[in-house]
Amino acid sequence: MEIPMIYYIVLSLVMFFAGVYGFITRKNMLMMLISIELMLNAVDINFAVFNRFLFPGQMEGMIFSIFAIAIAAAETAIAIAIIINIYRHIRNIDADNLDDMKY
Amino acid sequence: MELLPLAQQVIFYLLAIVIVVCSILAVTTRRILRAATYLLFVLLSTAGIYFMLDYTFLGSVQIAVYAGGILVLFVFSILLTSKPGESTDEKDIKHRVLGLVAALAGAAVCAYALFTYKWPEIAIQDVQSINDIGHALIGMDKFQYLLPFEAVSVLLLACIIGAIMIARKR
Repeated sequence: MEIPMIYYIVLSLVMFFAGVYGFITRKNMLMMLISIELMLNAVDINFAVFNRFLFPGQMEGMIFSIFAIAIAAAETAIAIAIIINIYRHIRNIDADNLDDMKY
Repeated sequence: MELLPLAQQVIFYLLAIVIVVCSILAVTTRRILRAATYLLFVLLSTAGIYFMLDYTFLGSVQIAVYAGGILVLFVFSILLTSKPGESTDEKDIKHRVLGLVAALAGAAVCAYALFTYKWPEIAIQDVQSINDIGHALIGMDKFQYLLPFEAVSVLLLACIIGAIMIARKR
């Protein structure tokens, strides 16, 4: 444990806000999903690091990370199913074009 | 896993460089398949970070589920929904500036909070064995997680059925 805790947290900070930038600026829904994966991944790192450095006798943070990974897998599968269904209907997966149900 | 301090630092900086560069490239590149590849590098380096923290089980789960499962889903859906070599458009300049401002402002606020907070110094202990993780996942006492474990299994089943229902051809 030669590396201080703050180094890991700054790493996940950069990853999280890269995800925020991608989510706001990209039109393609798969790119938005990739950005969400980046954000989720950064949060998982934070859970593991806080667990390891602040509560070393317990493992709640690690188990929370495991559950978060499982739920991220479920969420991604559903989102990709929805995206493929949308592609079948309008031949396009840009978020700007999804206004059929709006008017 | 006991490493020399120097080796630990070298490995950490390598992983950090890969994570920072690839996560920024993943959200700025125009080619969506390249973005998925950069995401793969980020996820594998994250598994490396978990291994450095001695959370070997979490690192293996990360590789198996994220790098093995989710990335394959991403690559398949990218190949199904876009022509190879096609580049995706970003939003107009106003949205990009907005995104950059939001990301930088959020990062600045979080960095300020992180660097001004007094973190407690706690002696590092050895990490729990895989035995303890197994008991924690299927026990029913305090700090044991049988109910969430079963709830996640039901969630995954519902997700499989839902994905088939949504994506099937009518």
